[in-house]
Amino acid sequence: MAIALDVALAHLTTRKRQTLVSLTGVVLGVAFFLAVSSLMRGSEKDFLKRLVDNSPHITVYDEVRKGRPQPAELRWPDAAVIVHNVKPPRETRGIRGWPQRLEFIEALPGVRAAPVLAGAAVLTFAGRQQAVTLSGAIPEKMKQVTVIEEKMVQGSLDALAADPNGIVIGQGLVEKFSLHAGGSLNVLAADGSSRPLRVVGIFRTGNAAYDEGQAFVLLKRAQSLLGRENRVNRVIIQLADPYDARSVAQTIEAATGYKSVSWVEASEDILSLLLVRNIIMYSVVSAILVVAAFGIYNTISTIVMEKTRDIAIMKAMGFHAGDLRRIFLLEGVIVGVLGSTLGVLLGIALMQLLGQVAIRPPGVSEVVHLPVWWGPEQYALAVLFAMLSCVAASYLPARRAGSVHPVDILRGAA
Amino acid sequence: MSGTAAAASPVIRVEHVTRTLAGEVPVTLVHDVNLQIERGEFVCVMGPSGSGKSSLLYLLGLLDTPTSGRIWIDGEDTTGFDDDRLTDFRLARLGYVFQFHFLLAEFSVVDNVSLPIRKLGRLADEAARRRAEHLLDQLGLKGQHDKRPSQLSGGQRQRVAIARALANDPLVILADEPTGNLDSVSSANVRDILRGLTRELNKTVVAVTHDAQFAALADRRIGIVDGRIDLAWRPG
Repeated sequence: MAIALDVALAHLTTRKRQTLVSLTGVVLGVAFFLAVSSLMRGSEKDFLKRLVDNSPHITVYDEVRKGRPQPAELRWPDAAVIVHNVKPPRETRGIRGWPQRLEFIEALPGVRAAPVLAGAAVLTFAGRQQAVTLSGAIPEKMKQVTVIEEKMVQGSLDALAADPNGIVIGQGLVEKFSLHAGGSLNVLAADGSSRPLRVVGIFRTGNAAYDEGQAFVLLKRAQSLLGRENRVNRVIIQLADPYDARSVAQTIEAATGYKSVSWVEASEDILSLLLVRNIIMYSVVSAILVVAAFGIYNTISTIVMEKTRDIAIMKAMGFHAGDLRRIFLLEGVIVGVLGSTLGVLLGIALMQLLGQVAIRPPGVSEVVHLPVWWGPEQYALAVLFAMLSCVAASYLPARRAGSVHPVDILRGAA
Repeated sequence: MSGTAAAASPVIRVEHVTRTLAGEVPVTLVHDVNLQIERGEFVCVMGPSGSGKSSLLYLLGLLDTPTSGRIWIDGEDTTGFDDDRLTDFRLARLGYVFQFHFLLAEFSVVDNVSLPIRKLGRLADEAARRRAEHLLDQLGLKGQHDKRPSQLSGGQRQRVAIARALANDPLVILADEPTGNLDSVSSANVRDILRGLTRELNKTVVAVTHDAQFAALADRRIGIVDGRIDLAWRPG
């Protein structure tokens, strides 16, 4: 092995320029691989963070995925019982006994929860109407699970607690109605009752549909407006670690029987989209390394061609075909190891540089930095692809070197 | 077979060896050759160009395998050896000198000579280097150890090649036109060295040559014409 290494190094160092070109290919390949993948992964993380931060990690709905077991099923648990057209008894919809359920949920580790009663309502002001989702909330709990308090441009959610007839609406709605904080509007509930409410807070999330179509009132107020006393139809939950959402949702659903949807479940389409995007990105950046592999192939196969006589004499002298294959494979590996090392260093430098790039998106006043994220798996993938390319590129010339027949060369040279 | 019998047996024994290159028109390079070469003998193989001298040498040197017939080296029948076994055999017991020196340009003279010693692996790298230096000194290359082959004269390079052939203390040195590329002074030098190997070290030397002066030193001259041994052949 030591001899093979000596010969391989001698070949590479005597062909400095060619070796350098092949090496540069790998270095740039690995560096770009890291830079591009760190940007892509960064934007993915950024996107997920927004997704996770702006929506509840888990929402418990007043629905059940599986109906309550019917008496016949309970009586004959092993029989094949099908009961059609089960009509639920008439009752006010919502989560039954929500205070107890909430207590159970809040007792889970790392969980913050807020009960909400959401329903459709119409806001009217000076003859103009707007259908909204009216959410009845407990302000102090709501603040813990949503970012709405951070998005307030005027007033706050707490003002609702002080004024039971208050309402918090979005900036879009304010502009539509030409309202201002302190002004009052009418809310029209589904049963036709109407009630004047005073605007005590205005929020702006940047999402137009939300800013025009969402309003918050006190939970008690919503319950009376929507005619659903003592009911909530949703529990919004935030977790200390959003990635626990799936298992926590399962625990809650198993314990309460109510449908609990984690953000993972709710955003399955986006998550699969991100996966596809990552696969595309990794194939594109790996392609750079495949191109670099051609440079290595070129160099090593030139060496094999130039060194046919050396190969012949080494074989005559007592080197096996395998020894010679090893020499040229080693040349690929040396280029790969050196290229990966330098490539990782250059990649880190590039990523640092990219992380400092500040951009100002149109219409936004704050400066945004390019999202850069790198993890060990990216280094592993970059080095893995680089090494694979290098070994694959040196394999063919190495095989050719192994199959040189000394007599053919010696005969020709004499 | 006892040890004494093995020692008394010829170093090279060739029986009915034929080498044919397959192809649309098969070409027979070596035709039914029978030959015995004793230990310490200096044998010259001579003949016109294209007569099959080199082909015979490659067969004796186990670089090529006969199409039919058998070759014994040091009492061992090499028929049916696979490529790896032939390679190991060559490494430990045979040495080669060619018309071109075939030294590795990237390595120093001493590294070229120590390469086969390191490959054989019987000596540690340091000892291998010392042996290589010793061989080079014996061949009059003192002070040239760390030069590259390109910094030496043709004669010096050929002496390095001889040192390399001797690296693993082989039984037989096979030389293919070892003086073919050298001026007269260097030729005489190489001739004397090879002759000395048989006299002083009891090595067996088989050399293919066109050089009549070279052949004159040999214990035995074998003429080859059209791939057959021709006892009547004389140079000129």
